[in-house]
Amino acid sequence: MSNFVEGAQVVTRPLLKIDNLSKSFTGVQALSGVSLQIKSGEIRALLGENGAGKSTLIKVLTGVYPRDGGDILLDGNAINAADSGHAQRLGISTVYQEVNLIPTLSVMENLTLQHQEKVFGLISWKKAEIRAKALLAQVGLDIDPLRQLDTYSIAIQQLVAIARALSTQAKMLILDEPTASLDSDEIKQLFDLMRRLKAEGMGIIFVTHFLDQVYSITDSITVLRNGECIGTFNTAELTRSDLVSHMVGKSLEELAPSAHDHSIQRERKALLALNNVGKQRYLQPLNLSIAAGDIVGVAGLLGSGRTELCELAYGSVKPDQGEIRLGKHSLTKFSLRRAIQVGMGYCPEDRKQDGIVAELSVRENMILALQASRGWWSPISLSDQQGLVEDMIQRLAIKTPDMDKPIGELSGGNQQKVILARWLITHPALLILDEPTRGIDIGAHHDIIQIIKELCEQGMGLLVASSELEELVMFAHRVVVMKDHHKVSELLGEDISEQAILRTIAS
Amino acid sequence: MINERNLPILATLLVFILLYGFGVYEYRGFRDTLVFTNLLTDNAFLIITAIGMTFVILSGGIDLSVGSMIAFIGVLMAYMISSMGLHPAFAIGIALLVGVFFGTIMGVIIAFFEIQAFIVTLAGMFLFRGLAYLINLDAVPISHPFIMALSDIYVPLPGRGGLTFIAMAMLVLLVIGILVARRTRFGMSVYALGGDSHSAALLGVPVGKTIIKIYALSGFYSAMSGVIFAIYTGSAYPLAAVGVELDAIAAVVIGGTLLTGGVGYVFGTFLGAMIQGIIQTLITFDGSLNSWWTKLAVGGLLLFFILLQKGIVVWVKKRAAG
Repeated sequence: MSNFVEGAQVVTRPLLKIDNLSKSFTGVQALSGVSLQIKSGEIRALLGENGAGKSTLIKVLTGVYPRDGGDILLDGNAINAADSGHAQRLGISTVYQEVNLIPTLSVMENLTLQHQEKVFGLISWKKAEIRAKALLAQVGLDIDPLRQLDTYSIAIQQLVAIARALSTQAKMLILDEPTASLDSDEIKQLFDLMRRLKAEGMGIIFVTHFLDQVYSITDSITVLRNGECIGTFNTAELTRSDLVSHMVGKSLEELAPSAHDHSIQRERKALLALNNVGKQRYLQPLNLSIAAGDIVGVAGLLGSGRTELCELAYGSVKPDQGEIRLGKHSLTKFSLRRAIQVGMGYCPEDRKQDGIVAELSVRENMILALQASRGWWSPISLSDQQGLVEDMIQRLAIKTPDMDKPIGELSGGNQQKVILARWLITHPALLILDEPTRGIDIGAHHDIIQIIKELCEQGMGLLVASSELEELVMFAHRVVVMKDHHKVSELLGEDISEQAILRTIAS
Repeated sequence: MINERNLPILATLLVFILLYGFGVYEYRGFRDTLVFTNLLTDNAFLIITAIGMTFVILSGGIDLSVGSMIAFIGVLMAYMISSMGLHPAFAIGIALLVGVFFGTIMGVIIAFFEIQAFIVTLAGMFLFRGLAYLINLDAVPISHPFIMALSDIYVPLPGRGGLTFIAMAMLVLLVIGILVARRTRFGMSVYALGGDSHSAALLGVPVGKTIIKIYALSGFYSAMSGVIFAIYTGSAYPLAAVGVELDAIAAVVIGGTLLTGGVGYVFGTFLGAMIQGIIQTLITFDGSLNSWWTKLAVGGLLLFFILLQKGIVVWVKKRAAG
């Protein structure tokens, strides 16, 4: 009798069972007693705020960090991955938010690294190519596998990373924000793939900040907060507002930003004026003016020229025609340092690569732009620095144990806030933000939008490029719509809505 | 297939052909295969060292100890053969093991204590030179019938040329180097490490083990170079091969390997070292130029290749973005 019961349990035995998992870093409890179970053929969303412990959980699962306590069972066997390679051999594959492949190797070499088939003890590249093509076909990519990886766009690289994760006989697939750099078609392709894998019985952990995606693809949701497991819910039974309140520990009413008044359209003198500014094979010439206290949004699909517009306006890429003026200064021919001195600030899209200096402390990162604009011969005293930084940490609610922690150890949302603070202490007249809320969670997202609005009220001009129409609609006074590297339209006041923007892009 | 990754090595090949073509056009003697086979023999020790160096640079590291290693291994060999009366085959075996041993030690220090390869191998460079002096202060001949027999091996080729034992040993080591780099998991791990060590670790590349193997391999190749150098010169001298580490690095870079790692070919390194040899030969043929012109030409070429690679990297990035 008992055997039958046993047998019945085998069928429903979880594919992955995490029991009472703990992990702490010098003084900070990153995970405390987290338990969860995932069945085979289940897509589980793993959600939580900054510092909730999502990344830590994934890194402990894949052996990047050793755990302090608890058990991990895969298919009923206790596992203890020593490193990422070991985890892959055990059957847990991971695709990270930032593409973690080797840019200088070919697509084929990336796909087969550490798993190359051999003939007489030597790697057979013929077999590797066949295998690479099969793997690429699985994710619906038709590209030349012999080309170097970094000759392809980030979106394609991300799909290659997923193809690789599937190559290693994975039972569990962890997708850590894989959609951040994909456009909607590619996301659809990814979801089709996920559904197919699910049908084949793979367990999938899906980390994302897009709630739409959570509701369209996942079966169940596990919410983490401050290193603790708040609960696991069936996606179909959990309303969005409940989900958000679980994640932030507050109700949605508290979070909802006040309705935005688009009608503030006072006549003001242009602060930043782009006059027929363009660059060949980069951005078609366009006009744009931003007044003090204006928030101008830049909308458009991936690759439509959003980032290009920001870079030209800031001056990190020099235009080959047109004139840029900030107040009474012409910036067309001047250096970046000059642009910063007359009041320009820029938070780039790619935080990891262009924004932060990971090894430097929060304080040093924050003080960078101010120091640069003053020149290196007039250093800012340590006490002044500490005052400024302390003030900013308070004002922007940056979560860091102290200001001398290397910024690389903070979570994405907090890094973004530090970069914002970097520019705020230079008191810019105009701030350019490229994807300020990308890859950060709802709570920090809300904070940053709040900060943007406050800055605008203080009379700063802002140029904000974002792929999230919802947020542009929330705060922008005007929205510039980009398409195929030129400006298609500029929406004003009441005309700004997600629908209108989409219609403009589609037209 | 011409792809951006092959451009540097194609440029190297072009320079090689141009220089050789110039020699053939300008000097009658250059047309004999003898010039080519002499190049193989005379540059064998540099090529062998540079093959090991290629792995190190591909992984994003550097090995400054190779020149001293050559001198140390030579002196050690001479000591074992002349003073201890060991058979040369046996002495060569021990010398190679010693080279691998010291390479491994450096690799362990670099991998586990995460100290820059530059500093660790700089220490190695002084250490090996010092060890060489500890064994012997002067140049000593290595005379043994076995060594003589090796030096006498000669496979004549048409056109007055012929392959010496040294040249053949070098070619065998070259083929092994090429196969290890492109056809083994270790080789691909080396490329991956040089491309992005953080991602490599996440992709399951055993980073520590690979680093240790790389410096062990470089130790093996430089020890092998020491053996070849000893057979080539028939003597051992603690001051031998000073600055060869820099010649080897130059050969690797002229051969098209990116100094930051991740991109390059062992065969390119062979061409890079041969180019240095050809320049030297051309200057000898000319007769009126000072031999320091070699350095001048090598310096110019180095600069050219570094700029070329930078150009290609920028170009690839631009194309991927646009």
